[in-house]
Amino acid sequence: MHYLIIGNSIAAAAVIEGIRSQDPEGAITVVGEERQACYARPLISYLLQGKTDEEKMRYRDQAFFDKHKVTVLCETRASHLDAGTKTVALDDGTTLTYDKLVLATGSSPFIPPMEGLGQVKHRFTFLTLDDALALQQVVKGDSRVLILGAGLIGLKCAEGLFGQVRSITVVDLAPRILASILDEKGSAQVQEHLQQKGLTFHLSDRVKEFTANEALLESGTIVGFDMLVVAVGVKPNTSLAKEAGLAVNRGIVVDTSMRTSGKDIWAAGDCAEAEELVSGQHKVLPLLCNAYLQGETAGKDMAGLTEPFNQAIAMNAISFFGLHVITAGLYEGEEKLFAEEGSYKRLFVRDNHLIGYILIGKAVERAGIYTALIRNQTALDTIDFDLISRQPALMAFAKSVRQQQLGGSV
Amino acid sequence: MKRVYVNEAWCLGCHLCEYYCAYANSGLTDMVKALKDKVIRPRLTIEQEGTISFAVSCRHCTEPLCMKSCIAGAISCKDGLIVIDQSKCVNCYSCIMACPYGALMPSEEQVMQKCELCATNSHGQPVCVQGCPNKAIVYEER
Amino acid sequence: MAINYLYPDFEVQRNESRCITCRVCERQCANLVHHYDAETGRMTSDESLCVNCHRCVSLCPTRALKIVKTDHVFKENANWRGEVIQDIYRQAETGGVLLASMGTPKPYPVYWDKMLINASQVTNPSIDPLREPMETTTFLGKKSTTIRRDEQGKLITDTTPQLKLAIPIMFSAMSYGSISYNAHKSLALAAEQLGTFYNTGEGGLHEDFYRHGKNTIVQVASGRFGVHPGYLNAGAAIEIKMGQGAKPGIGGHLPGSKIGQDISKTRMIPLHSDAISPAPHHDIYSIEDLRQLVYALKEATNYTKPVIVKVAAVHNISAIASGIARSGADIIAIDGFRGGTGAAPARIRDNVGIPIELALASVDERLRAEGIRNQVSLVVGGSIRSSADVIKAIALGADAIYIATSALIALGCHLCRTCHSGKCNWGIATQNPELVKRLNPEIGSEHLVNLLTAWNHEIKEMMGGMGINSIEALKGNRLMLRGIGLCDAELRILGISHAGA
Repeated sequence: MHYLIIGNSIAAAAVIEGIRSQDPEGAITVVGEERQACYARPLISYLLQGKTDEEKMRYRDQAFFDKHKVTVLCETRASHLDAGTKTVALDDGTTLTYDKLVLATGSSPFIPPMEGLGQVKHRFTFLTLDDALALQQVVKGDSRVLILGAGLIGLKCAEGLFGQVRSITVVDLAPRILASILDEKGSAQVQEHLQQKGLTFHLSDRVKEFTANEALLESGTIVGFDMLVVAVGVKPNTSLAKEAGLAVNRGIVVDTSMRTSGKDIWAAGDCAEAEELVSGQHKVLPLLCNAYLQGETAGKDMAGLTEPFNQAIAMNAISFFGLHVITAGLYEGEEKLFAEEGSYKRLFVRDNHLIGYILIGKAVERAGIYTALIRNQTALDTIDFDLISRQPALMAFAKSVRQQQLGGSV
Repeated sequence: MKRVYVNEAWCLGCHLCEYYCAYANSGLTDMVKALKDKVIRPRLTIEQEGTISFAVSCRHCTEPLCMKSCIAGAISCKDGLIVIDQSKCVNCYSCIMACPYGALMPSEEQVMQKCELCATNSHGQPVCVQGCPNKAIVYEER
Repeated sequence: MAINYLYPDFEVQRNESRCITCRVCERQCANLVHHYDAETGRMTSDESLCVNCHRCVSLCPTRALKIVKTDHVFKENANWRGEVIQDIYRQAETGGVLLASMGTPKPYPVYWDKMLINASQVTNPSIDPLREPMETTTFLGKKSTTIRRDEQGKLITDTTPQLKLAIPIMFSAMSYGSISYNAHKSLALAAEQLGTFYNTGEGGLHEDFYRHGKNTIVQVASGRFGVHPGYLNAGAAIEIKMGQGAKPGIGGHLPGSKIGQDISKTRMIPLHSDAISPAPHHDIYSIEDLRQLVYALKEATNYTKPVIVKVAAVHNISAIASGIARSGADIIAIDGFRGGTGAAPARIRDNVGIPIELALASVDERLRAEGIRNQVSLVVGGSIRSSADVIKAIALGADAIYIATSALIALGCHLCRTCHSGKCNWGIATQNPELVKRLNPEIGSEHLVNLLTAWNHEIKEMMGGMGINSIEALKGNRLMLRGIGLCDAELRILGISHAGA
């Protein structure tokens, strides 16, 4: 048995753990484009900040690969997949055959065409460790940074650079920051927090034209900069799958066992498109915990244990300069709002179920209790919803449920 | 594996477990020195509402969502014990988002902390259990 | 506000350098002595509310608390002592009977402490209980006076119903109502584990505890609370309560506030109605009447259970015991005047009745003299505090011992003597669910089992020292006792010689 994993990030590590929980012997090969093996990708902004280093960023260390007897090929790109012959061609000219394959190819930054972009000398994206290291190379105390995209990546990049540069300006087409995860009030609160720190925002705006050190915005504003970071979005890496004729929408379509439409081919992580629990629709959910859970599910399934993973929901935990934001699910249905000084909470309820939440500041405490309500699709009339909506607490559950939670096997 | 189990029928809401926890994880050998005039940050929480109270701490799940959600790979499982490598933690709160029990919280140093059954401090045995006056918290195999 | 003549008895001393303001004292005091002052960030206390139960002291994790007696005094007066004056103030203010709980604290002689136990030297060997058998099993009930054999010459061993005790100690009557559900459960579990008995007291038997019936003595008292055929048949023996050592001659009163759902059901009385036990049994005015009840109960249980008659130790106890022995009772229980109570008028508790040691000695003597000692077993209680007290009681003639105060202390009671307030911080003498919860029967029963196991070890040790290898051989063996510092009258009543003689 030869398991082949294309991609060497979180999903890949989880696939390995999933396989090895069932099959201690089968050969495993991991092929990764990057120089570094399996690091904690979301930590690149913390690396800029100096809160971590390359060593600490390792998601799984060499001992992990040794222990699980995994052959790791770094800086190697899989260039072609032939599902018929079960072979994968690598860019070094060699070909690997597999019995079972996982595509954990992740995603790539999306760079929209912009006039004059070619003239910009210090131009970056912010998705990989090498991206961060490259940024670090050119950062100077008097640098003016322009970031395109006020989403999670762009703002984490801003936080990472903060304090090391002269100024940071963020431009986004959307009228508010973090539009994909926050509501208007939440966005405003976080934006105010970031502005207080000294970040400058140009929202509902876009770059019309670049010169070497200036961006002319549609609104007419001219932003001078020394470094440009493009963080407007990511797109799943699906070219191998497409070539092999697998079903691909935005991402590689998979079922609840992470099986693709191709025989003996699974997909997991940011490249995959699986069913989201609350909406029931297939979605790409580029989130670390999702990558892990999908990878683990795929790994187990490949090795013979089918444990469907159908609890995927969108969720994010993110912080900017000590202000924590946790969100999950969908923002539809009836809502309950709790807002006070330093704390913002919005819960979304539909058909007797919690389907989403937005928590900012102090309200993030014990957020996982809400997450579990969404994931477990707990009927709200079986708990004291009034109590739990004020404060996430096990107190809100029936005594018998609590006895199981705190006194039973886990 | 031996775990901490809570029986709310016997919890008196005295909060001693929180203080014993804070003491046990203070690294000091004198409780007064460890806790006097300090805001304690125990790794377990007493929930209290009317006459009902109980302690909540890490369940050391066999399928730990905190570990699977940790973006830094800072949470690991050592023979069933779920532990945090605080030097790797970046305080992103992903574990708080994931834990269905609400059992993780930031430490004074602003990295995540949780109950590690006193296996990682100098006490070796859960001190909340030793300090509970009414066996509302027990440490046993179930 | 009117003048307050009463100065608090205690002072709460808080060692500020140790207090970590965890507030456990505040949370655990049902008397609301402790408070956290948010302004100063410090704990404060109102000692006028303190009953000195030590709950706060025991739970304080840094031992920052202690309760001391106030050194505030009245002008010295050997006759009009402070406590006397204060009682007058109290009654002058309230016009009420002074209530008290647990056994009398007055400095009456404790004869247990004035008797010494013998040991073997040279001429008779002592016994090592770790190496040789040592029998502590005791049977309570009528014993035959003759040896009977059948036609084949074999011994006829059938007897009237007996109680078999693995150790010669039982838990005496404390009603569900006077003590909590969890206290009862602790006693029931411990009795079961120890192979002995606990006693329901007069409050009936909670339905949850029927399963411990074979280790239960069910009581029938003047109020007849919770008595029905199922109840009588649930236990291993039935006790008729005629009197209680702490309050001979009077009945009892459990206020309606303590008659909650469970107790109302168990006692078979309306919710929140006062439970009043009359002073006498209204159907008993003579030994003959008593005999009728004894036999009524035997009839009701098909002669399968021994019947105990419990009386308080009073002046003519030996004559009373003689009458009881002739009433058909299998066991006489005598409760000395130092015995405890959930509530009693203080004057009665502190002045009525006699010490159990003297009562026991005179009853045993009288029944022997009348040749009816075998017809009944004698069980005594009323402040048995240690295994040495047990040994002395058995040597004076008891078949077995009842303990209650010692058992409550094992459950955490600190003898603050305010049971009647209903706010027992140890979860024992209370019906407040929040306080009852504080006594986890798993811990309680373990402590009781530990206590009696320890006592049993000591009993075996002391018996071995005397060269005696069974309780049976110690029973009434007054040669094993000597008095110390006792006058001739006391020695004569106790039936023992003075030390050295």
